[in-house]
Amino acid sequence: MYQFSGRIKIVAIALIILGIIGMAYGFISGKSKTIEDAQEQIEHREAKEAHQLENASFSKHTIIGTNIKQQDVHKEETKGHQEEAHADERHAEHVLHQLHNRPWAALFVAMFFLFMISLGILVFYAMQIGASAGWSIVLFRVMEAFSANIVPIGILLFLFLLASAFDLNHLYVWMHAENDPILEGKSFWLNIPAWLIRAAIYIGGYILLRYIIRKKSLKQDEAKDYTAHKKGFTYTIIFIAFFMLTESGLAWDWVMSLDPHWFSSLFAWYIFASTMVSAITVLALLTMYLKRKGYLEFVNSSHLHDLGKYMFGFSIFWAYLWFAQYMLIWYANMPEETVYFAQRYEQYNYLFFGMVLLNLFFPLIILMDIDAKKNYWIVTIIGLILLVGHYVDFFVMIMPATVGESWTFGIPELGALLFFIGLFLFVGFRALSRQPLLAKGNPYMKESLDYHYYTLEH
Amino acid sequence: MTKKYFQVHALYKDDEVLMNAVKDIRKKDYEIEEVFTPFPVHGLEKALGLKRTRIAITAFLFGITGFITAMAITNYTMIVDWPQNFGGKPNFTYTQNMLAFVTILFELTVFFAAHLMVITFYLRSKLWPWKEAENPYPASTDDTFVIEMEVEDNLDDVKAFLEKTGAFQIDVADKTIEHYV
Repeated sequence: MYQFSGRIKIVAIALIILGIIGMAYGFISGKSKTIEDAQEQIEHREAKEAHQLENASFSKHTIIGTNIKQQDVHKEETKGHQEEAHADERHAEHVLHQLHNRPWAALFVAMFFLFMISLGILVFYAMQIGASAGWSIVLFRVMEAFSANIVPIGILLFLFLLASAFDLNHLYVWMHAENDPILEGKSFWLNIPAWLIRAAIYIGGYILLRYIIRKKSLKQDEAKDYTAHKKGFTYTIIFIAFFMLTESGLAWDWVMSLDPHWFSSLFAWYIFASTMVSAITVLALLTMYLKRKGYLEFVNSSHLHDLGKYMFGFSIFWAYLWFAQYMLIWYANMPEETVYFAQRYEQYNYLFFGMVLLNLFFPLIILMDIDAKKNYWIVTIIGLILLVGHYVDFFVMIMPATVGESWTFGIPELGALLFFIGLFLFVGFRALSRQPLLAKGNPYMKESLDYHYYTLEH
Repeated sequence: MTKKYFQVHALYKDDEVLMNAVKDIRKKDYEIEEVFTPFPVHGLEKALGLKRTRIAITAFLFGITGFITAMAITNYTMIVDWPQNFGGKPNFTYTQNMLAFVTILFELTVFFAAHLMVITFYLRSKLWPWKEAENPYPASTDDTFVIEMEVEDNLDDVKAFLEKTGAFQIDVADKTIEHYV
């Protein structure tokens, strides 16, 4: 039985309070931004760019075919002065909208990231049951507890989507588009009522199925026969099917529709890969923490080694999808597709390519060795690198469409991240302290307790 | 000078029994010459105290060879010899066009590593096509596990000990090596 430690409680509550303060600051300062602030920002940026142009060679702009700046210069030359002033005004207004969007987008990145981690833990749990895996049963209660976060974060996420639908923010531009033939063609899917109903089905379905599966798992602890386990198995299979269908819809609805003209057929898989890496990493970190505190005495280094293998494997899977999406669009070179990467290349260059370094090369090189995967220090460091990398991944998915070139990582972003980490820890550890730490009724328990990967020494 | 010894073959029917037998024999400080099994037994190499394989190092070197080969091929055929233009991509520099070749780089790396590793393994194990089998009992490719030992004296003790470890059959042959130094 886990005791909800006072230190964790204090840290979690402190993170939540700090996060609320940060987000409140972000919302208040974001709301009070005026057109003058936007103009100031544009001037600042132009001065910086002019400075860069003086110093740097042109090589940076020649790689991706469309050079936005040259086109701008060309346009400005042909236009009259009046039009130029008008264009400037519209640009300033555009930047102002971006500044207004920033606290909402910062909130959304952190919320979505932590929601997907919680959901990913639940999916990993379901995968273990669905495959009748033997090794992971000792970790089931940790997975069950931390997937409890899909309830509070899911509700907050739904409130956020409601706020978007009721015009409190302008993240989803397709809600306000007029005379747009592309969006009219997509309107059977992308319309506000259907969008909200789908969101309710996704989040409600996950919460309901998780509740049933967990209840069956707890019932099995006391049961004399295996009916509860068998029923739980059936619901788990239903959950996996439901998840695989709804995850695509979720990715399209909440993330891909931020760039409503753009599309990529493997985008849902891409988000799934990112989710699974982050979720398994969080699970590994929590397992190591609890083991260090002496609660999971039945977990041995073979279990940790397996989690490390999953971190390693899904990192490569993520990189494969990242590259598949990037390379096909780069090669086909169709303007309606390349615009997505052109913007990231121009405005998010270091983040966009830096995350490949964080998410592929470190885990690839360091986690490849068999002994590294059972070493607490190495897995912790690689895990933290991976979590930073995948936060950046979600950041680069969401920010360019909502905040665009006005992005920074400041108090609103940090506040939202701290708030949701605090919430995640608080809810997860509280749920963990409610039930015994070993799902002792599970029929595969013996296999998991005896688990020993043959070349490892314990 | 000649050396006379007995070649002892102990036959087992089960891999668990074999594993325990190997551990017990090594604990007794008897030397095991060779073990023949129908399939790879997990953990046997550890029980026998074999050194860790170095094939991973060769795999890494072969992989690098493949990577460099693929770079040379793509650079020569697509950039140097005849710049190929697909979809208006920059085709006069390698770095700007490298994305298009990543698949080839990857595939040839894997190809070289995998095939050369198998060939290395065969060479190292002295295996080639039509080589005659060295296992003393054909049944050791089917359902029998064989431990081979060389014993110079106290043969009866060894036989009694092997019997205790669960061997269902123990064969002894006289062997002589000429010109033993």
